[in-house]
Amino acid sequence: MRRTLFALILIGLVVAALGIYLTRPRLDGPQVLDGLTGDAAAGALVFTAAGCASCHMAEGATGDDKLVLTGGQRFPSPFGTFTAPNISMDPEHGIGGWRALDLWNALHHGTSPEGQHLYPAFPYASYVRMTPQQVVDLHAYIRTLPADPTPSTPHDLGFPFNIRASLGGWKLLYLRAGWVMDGDLTPEETRGRVIVEALAHCAECHSPRDPLGGSKTGADWLTGAPNPAGRGTFPDLTPPELDWSTGDLVEYFTSGFTPEYDSAGGHMAHVVDNLAALPETDRTAVAAYLKRLPLTE
Amino acid sequence: MPKFRAPLLSLAGAAVAIAVFAGPGAAQDVPAAVKARQSQMQLYAFNLGTLGAMAKGEAEYDAEAAQGAADNLVALTSLAAGPMWAPGTDDMSIDGTRTLATMWDNFPDVMAKGTALAEAAGGMAAAAGTDLASLQAAMGPLGGACSACHKAYRAPE
Repeated sequence: MRRTLFALILIGLVVAALGIYLTRPRLDGPQVLDGLTGDAAAGALVFTAAGCASCHMAEGATGDDKLVLTGGQRFPSPFGTFTAPNISMDPEHGIGGWRALDLWNALHHGTSPEGQHLYPAFPYASYVRMTPQQVVDLHAYIRTLPADPTPSTPHDLGFPFNIRASLGGWKLLYLRAGWVMDGDLTPEETRGRVIVEALAHCAECHSPRDPLGGSKTGADWLTGAPNPAGRGTFPDLTPPELDWSTGDLVEYFTSGFTPEYDSAGGHMAHVVDNLAALPETDRTAVAAYLKRLPLTE
Repeated sequence: MPKFRAPLLSLAGAAVAIAVFAGPGAAQDVPAAVKARQSQMQLYAFNLGTLGAMAKGEAEYDAEAAQGAADNLVALTSLAAGPMWAPGTDDMSIDGTRTLATMWDNFPDVMAKGTALAEAAGGMAAAAGTDLASLQAAMGPLGGACSACHKAYRAPE
């Protein structure tokens, strides 16, 4: 009896240790970025396509103020309210002290330089698909942006979501570096996939989530979802539900006009601002990708 | 008592008539000011449709039609807006609108956005009759000006 108990305790400890090991915050070493040099001009396009400023600028910022990444915008969700942190170049309150490798670990593993799990409101479940070159380019670009000394506001989350250790399990379930759309893609569709699945993180809003907050893939991919902020829905992007022509899509990404000549609203207006600042070929690439939907299981 | 009958009957008749003509929906409760500004938005959309069809290549470029549509946009930006945006016609006070109450708290900003729209429409009027490439280039600023106000002062659907 005592022996069985001892064995059970031992097994329990091993399972717990294994769990802690498997869900620990991951950090890559410098070799992942070996030999790469950042190009700030290319990084500016990564920055725009990834929509960094849309969430990290001050609420309602316009013009050059959009490049002051002071944080503070609030994002309500079923888990609580997330507040975007300061990611300006301030060494103390922002990320001015981050090396390219630190940025890589945040974008790719959702891990801070201190080895802490970051919340996936920061869409690393999409950014995980960024290439090392894109990350070093982005790092070179954000080094050119201003510093702002505004301290970050902590998130306001309920139990158990305020326990960061639980995020290791979430990552184990949902953090996947592979592409969702597979198979033979044209070069244009392939470029569209980089923007849709990695940089512009479209699925973060436009794919439904399961009860633990993981984006559903397969036939559910980009089929629309309720707004976690409580009001309205994010539309289904899969044809035939999305019946816009390629021309309609490109016009929407360029001017924000819908086929009815209403204009983009809410956070999509920011996305349109970003897409409009990319080369026209990128906008047609996104349209080409969307026209390949829906995915089959 | 009998002498009240006629007025009572006509009152009852009026009540029935209101019930019948008002129908089941709340649409009849939408103030005229809201209907007027929504009509203005439809006129924008109609004229943008002429320009947008050309910009997308769905319709052949027609300088005269494009100029006419662009001039209409300019005319629409010049309408006196005050009465159509009467105080108390925000989405918290009445049904049938998505206009946020903050619009009435930020008058200088609303005016600045209105001026920006007039400038973008003027830009389109200067471009639309020139050639297709100019028209296409003017769509972006116009969309940005529309969106700026919708982003700030319109509730999501």
